[in-house]
Amino acid sequence: MLTFIAIMIDGMVFASWLFLVALGLTLIFGVMKILNVAHGSFYAFGTYVSATAIGWWFRQGLPDFGSFAFMFVCAFGVGLLFGLAIERLLLRRMYGRDEVIIVLVTFATFLMLEDVIIWVWGGDPYFAFEPYSLLGLTSFGNLIYSNYDLALIGLAVSLAALTWFVLNKTKRGRILVAVIHDPEMSSAFGVNVGAVFTITFVIGAMLGALGGAVTAPMISVAPGIGVEVIVLAFAIVVIGGMGSVWGAIVGAVVVGISRAAAVHLLPEIELFVIYAVMTLVLVFRPEGLFMRQKARKI
Amino acid sequence: MNANLSRTVLFVAAPIVLVLCAFLPSWATFLLIISFAKALVVLGLMVLWRTGLVSFGQGLFYGMGAYTVGILPQYVAIDDAVLLVLISALSAGFLAFLLGFLLRRYREIFFAMLCMAFSMIFYGVLVKSEKLGSTDGFNIIPTTYFGYAPADPDEARLFLYFLTAASAYVACLFVHRYLNSTMGRLTRAIRDNELRVEYLGFSAHFAVHFKFVLAGSFAGAGGGLAAIAIGHIDPEMVYWIQSGEFVFVTILAGVGNVLAPLIGSVVFEVLRTFAIEYAPNAWQFVVGGCLLAVIMFLPGGLWSLIEKSREGEDVSSSAR
Repeated sequence: MLTFIAIMIDGMVFASWLFLVALGLTLIFGVMKILNVAHGSFYAFGTYVSATAIGWWFRQGLPDFGSFAFMFVCAFGVGLLFGLAIERLLLRRMYGRDEVIIVLVTFATFLMLEDVIIWVWGGDPYFAFEPYSLLGLTSFGNLIYSNYDLALIGLAVSLAALTWFVLNKTKRGRILVAVIHDPEMSSAFGVNVGAVFTITFVIGAMLGALGGAVTAPMISVAPGIGVEVIVLAFAIVVIGGMGSVWGAIVGAVVVGISRAAAVHLLPEIELFVIYAVMTLVLVFRPEGLFMRQKARKI
Repeated sequence: MNANLSRTVLFVAAPIVLVLCAFLPSWATFLLIISFAKALVVLGLMVLWRTGLVSFGQGLFYGMGAYTVGILPQYVAIDDAVLLVLISALSAGFLAFLLGFLLRRYREIFFAMLCMAFSMIFYGVLVKSEKLGSTDGFNIIPTTYFGYAPADPDEARLFLYFLTAASAYVACLFVHRYLNSTMGRLTRAIRDNELRVEYLGFSAHFAVHFKFVLAGSFAGAGGGLAAIAIGHIDPEMVYWIQSGEFVFVTILAGVGNVLAPLIGSVVFEVLRTFAIEYAPNAWQFVVGGCLLAVIMFLPGGLWSLIEKSREGEDVSSSAR
C-alpha cells in the first residue's frame, strides 16, 4: 500500500514536470507542424538563467520568496528573446520545406546553442537549491515529500487549466484552434497566420524556458541537460498524439506513473520504460492516443 | 554528367581512388576507415531517404553491429575481422527484419520517431547492463585477417582500411544495381504515391521492409568496422545524437548518387576532426552551422555541386 501511494505521488510529480517540459513542444508542433529539437535548448537556457538569477537574488539578500517571481521573469525573458530570434531569423525562411528538413534545422540550432551555453556558463555545474528547501516538507505517513515537488503538480494543473481556458474561451484561442486545423482556410478568412506562427513559437519557447526554470532548483545545472530532456518530451508528445494538448497531459501521466512504478518495483528497466511505453502506444495507435487517423492520399 | 561518364566514375575511378588512398599517412587512413564505416550507414539512409523515409534511430543498428563484434568473441572463438563484420551485418539485418514488420506500417515523422524509440530502448539496456561496462563500454579484442595477425598497428590499420573500403565499395555497387532494378525504381514511386504503387500490383510494405533490412545490415557492418577501428565501444554509438549525425551526413552528401555518401562522410569527418582540433569548445557550433548552411544554400547536398540531380532537387522542395 505504501509503495502504491509512493508510486502515485512520485508518478504525479514526475508527470507534472514532464507536462511542463512537453507543453511548449506540443503547442509548436500542433500549430506549426515543426518538431522542434531546439526545445531542449530553450529548456537548458531556462535552467541556466534561472540558476544564475536565483544565485544573484540570494547573494543580494533580497526577500526569499521573491526569488520565485524573479526566476519566472528571467526564464520568460530568455524564452521570448530566443523564440523570437530563431523564428524570425531562421524558421521563417524554412516554411514550406520538408518536415524532416525543418527537424534538422532545429537540430542544427540545438547543436549550436549547446556550445553557446558552455561559452556563457562554462563547464562547471551550478547549484540553486535555495527555493527548493524554502517551501518546507510534507509527510504522508512515513513518506516525506518536499512541498516544492508538490507545488509542481499545482503549477502543471493550473497551466493545463489556463491552456484549456485560452483555447476554448477566448477569441485568440479559437483563432489558434482554427489555424491548427487548417492554416490555409484560416488565412482565407483573414487570419494573419504568419503572426500566429511567430506568437506560438515564442510562447512555446517561453514554456520550454519555464520548464527549465522550475527544474533548476531540483538538479545540479550542468552542460548536457537539454539532450536528455528533448527525447523525454518527444516521447510524451508522440504518446499523446503530436500537437494535442490533452494528449500531452495523458502522455505525461502515463509516462510519469510507469516510470515511478519502474523505479519502485523494477529499477533495472527505469531507463527505457518510457520508450517501451511509447513503442507500445505507437504499435496500437500509430498517430498517438489523441489523434485521428489521416486519410490516405490517392 | 552523362550516364557513361557516371558509370566510368563508379566502376573505374572510384576503385582506383580508394586503392590510392591506402598510401596516405596513417592518421588519414584512420580517418578514412571511420568515414567509410559511417558511409555504410549513410548509404542505407540514402536508400530510405529516396523512399521518403528518414530513420532517426540508425544508431540502433550501428551499435548492434559494434556490440556484436565486441561480445561474440567472448563466447565463440572467432577473431577474423571479415567474418565478424559479416556477422555484424547479418545480426543487425536480422534485427531490422524483425522490427521491420512493425515499422513498415509507418511513414513520415512517425517512422522517424519510432526508430528513435527503439534505439533509445537499446541505449537504456546497454547503460543498465554492467557486464557490458555500462556507459564506459569495453575494449575489443585484436582481430586477424584470414588467419593472419598483423604485427604492428600500422599494418593492421592498412588491412582494416582495405576491408572497410572494399565493404563500402561493394555496398555502393549493390545499391547502384538495386536502384536500377524494378524494385529499386519503386523507391521514388513510393515516396510520390504509395497507393498507386499498390494499384500497380507491387507491395509497398514489402519494398519498405526490404529497404529497411538493407539499411540495417549496412549500418551493422559499419558499426562492426568502426568498432574494430576504434578498438572500443560504448553506448554513445546508439544514442540519438549519433543517429542525428547520420541523417545530417545524408543531407550534407546529397542523395543523387551512390558515391555521394562516401564523399559526404569523408568531408564530415574531416570537418569534425579539424573543428575539434582547432576549436575544441566550438565544434558543435561549427558542425551545426555547416548543417544550417547546407540546408539553406545547398539543398541538394555536396553531390549537387558535381551533378545537378533531379533526385536531390526533388527532395529539397517536396512541399506538402
